[in-house]
Amino acid sequence: MTEETVSDTASDAVATGPLVSLKGVDKHYGALHVLQDINLEIARGEVVVLIGPSGSGKSTLCRTINRLETIDSGSIAIDGRPLPAEGKELARLRADVGMVFQSFNLFAHKTVLENVVLAQVKVRKVPRAQAEATARELLERVGVGAQADKYPAQLSGGQQQRVAIARALAMKPKVMLFDEPTSALDPEMVNEVLEVMRSLAAEGMTMVVVTHEMGFARSAANRVLFMADGRIVEENTPDAFFTAPRSDRAKDFLSKILTH
Amino acid sequence: MGILFEDGNFSLFYHGFLQTIELSAISALFALLLGGVLAAFRVSPVPVLRAFGTGWVMVFRNTPLTLLFFGVVFALPRLDVHLSSFTFAVMALSAYTGAFVCEVLRSGINTVPLGQAEAARSLGMGFGQTLGTIVLPQAARSVLPPMSSIFIALPRNSAVAGAFNVPELFSTQKAFDEKGYPIFVTFFWIALAYLLVSFTVSAVFRVLEKQLAVAR
Repeated sequence: MTEETVSDTASDAVATGPLVSLKGVDKHYGALHVLQDINLEIARGEVVVLIGPSGSGKSTLCRTINRLETIDSGSIAIDGRPLPAEGKELARLRADVGMVFQSFNLFAHKTVLENVVLAQVKVRKVPRAQAEATARELLERVGVGAQADKYPAQLSGGQQQRVAIARALAMKPKVMLFDEPTSALDPEMVNEVLEVMRSLAAEGMTMVVVTHEMGFARSAANRVLFMADGRIVEENTPDAFFTAPRSDRAKDFLSKILTH
Repeated sequence: MGILFEDGNFSLFYHGFLQTIELSAISALFALLLGGVLAAFRVSPVPVLRAFGTGWVMVFRNTPLTLLFFGVVFALPRLDVHLSSFTFAVMALSAYTGAFVCEVLRSGINTVPLGQAEAARSLGMGFGQTLGTIVLPQAARSVLPPMSSIFIALPRNSAVAGAFNVPELFSTQKAFDEKGYPIFVTFFWIALAYLLVSFTVSAVFRVLEKQLAVAR
């Protein structure tokens, strides 16, 4: 109980600082330097979209924020607290960082409802009835309330991804990470997922989104980061970035994806 | 052929049969527990535990079971560990079978897509929760067929205990031999009894497979 109070005060004390901060982050995959001296601060309520060619390190960067990928050097802090090493502390911190994956990763042996209930009960120790109520409410909100008793494999990709978003939201995260959330979807299902993300952004959720959906970047992002070869090459407001990219890499990238 | 039903032979045979079942069941339980722990060790993020799991599998899977019985029955008393022959037999069989269970579980764990564990971890679940509630339940189904092979082999392997003072099913053969019965008739009944055990084990696993198939 005392510990709870202390940590609450601690988080209050830094409540004005950036929610996510990366300083001098470096990472190698063998000889490949996937992240090179990344410095990034994300404010509360900010929506940051990461774009760039494949292999540029944007997914890796996104995954370092909840330490699904470790880093070689530099530091990462969430809400003023540095990411701890693997263990209970890290688990507690991960519960505050929602993650949505390209391949949904819903628990295949659990129903949709159970997917959203499970971590609330196991990690947050929420009473079961309350967790179920929260889950149903969230499923309703992302438009899959009617599917609560089905298994993930019985849902379309778009529905599965919306369940995955509800599952992450159930933990009441401080920040949501989206790692190419629409890349594995059939084209007609992309929008239903983006709509949910847009409404989240509008409600003030802090979001880091790796995506190839330029329309979403334009309309929902506060800031666009363009990555190439493990570096943040350019960062700007979406309007400025899409109308007048400064770097050659960004110009080249945009010309390739916007011409068809 | 009717030797089983004369001269009080049935009681001897039946006691051997029960002993085999008891020995196999208790060893199966410990092998399952041990194998589970070893498999968790082998996929854990702690290098020491991984090395222990690998070492155990290497030693106990590659040692002939009879040699293992020799080790337990003759070496442990020298270290002042004095237990019944039955307990020694359980130890040897569990240590041996546990190594196989571990490897089967590990192969099952590897069939579960990495994304499942990543999703669990990203929700704040710890290693044990992730393994216990997300990965192992999904591994269970693919693990059942090889697991049934292991637990069909176990009662048959338990025959080795007969040579180490455990009056189990196979060792009743000696008693019948001394009574002068033809060896093939004796073996016929013993083989039939082992067959009964094997069929029962495989039937149980078939039921489990069906049940887990529905739960998806």
